[in-house]
Amino acid sequence: MAEGALTKAEMAERLFDDLGLNKREAKELVEQFFEEIRLSLEHNEQVKLSGYGNFDLRDKKQRPGRNPKTGEEIPIQARRVVTFRPGQKLKARVEKYAGSKE
Amino acid sequence: MTKSELIDRIAGKQTQLSSKDVELAVKAILEYMSQSLESGGRIEIRGFGSFSLHYRVPRIGRNPKTGTPVALAGKYVPHFKPGKELRDRVNQSLSMEPQMTAS
Repeated sequence: MAEGALTKAEMAERLFDDLGLNKREAKELVEQFFEEIRLSLEHNEQVKLSGYGNFDLRDKKQRPGRNPKTGEEIPIQARRVVTFRPGQKLKARVEKYAGSKE
Repeated sequence: MTKSELIDRIAGKQTQLSSKDVELAVKAILEYMSQSLESGGRIEIRGFGSFSLHYRVPRIGRNPKTGTPVALAGKYVPHFKPGKELRDRVNQSLSMEPQMTAS
């Protein structure tokens, strides 16, 4: 799996291989998985997936900004953003990865 | 929303798969995602976001109780970057809410 990123198509393929879901069911289920998480976040509801991590929502106040090209001052609007906090289990699994940067 | 609520919500909209199948599938998806990151891979879900690893350099930490310096090795931590659709939908929910207007 070192080559290429994990995508929805690959997840569906693996559900077909591992659980025997048919390809259409597998594709639909992967789609629903991400859509239900988006719906929850869209309704300002935190998502807690134990063993993986939490998706939290943070409200940011309006703050002064600047167009970096022109230097013109433009306020950055108040906005709501999603943050991900990996769970202990995922952090522990990933920490051990000895990648090429070491 | 917890993992079991996620499973229930998906199962409630399913016409084909049993709750048990949905449960197995949700757990399998999370395991594929963990495995991918664990082996140094990325996860890219259009409209949702991407997960990757960020490197943390080795540093000298301190035992907060005793103040003794401790060498901490470099490590990788999971990182999530929300995609445009997720960012937009979450941000829109803010403008839909009734504003608390200060008089």
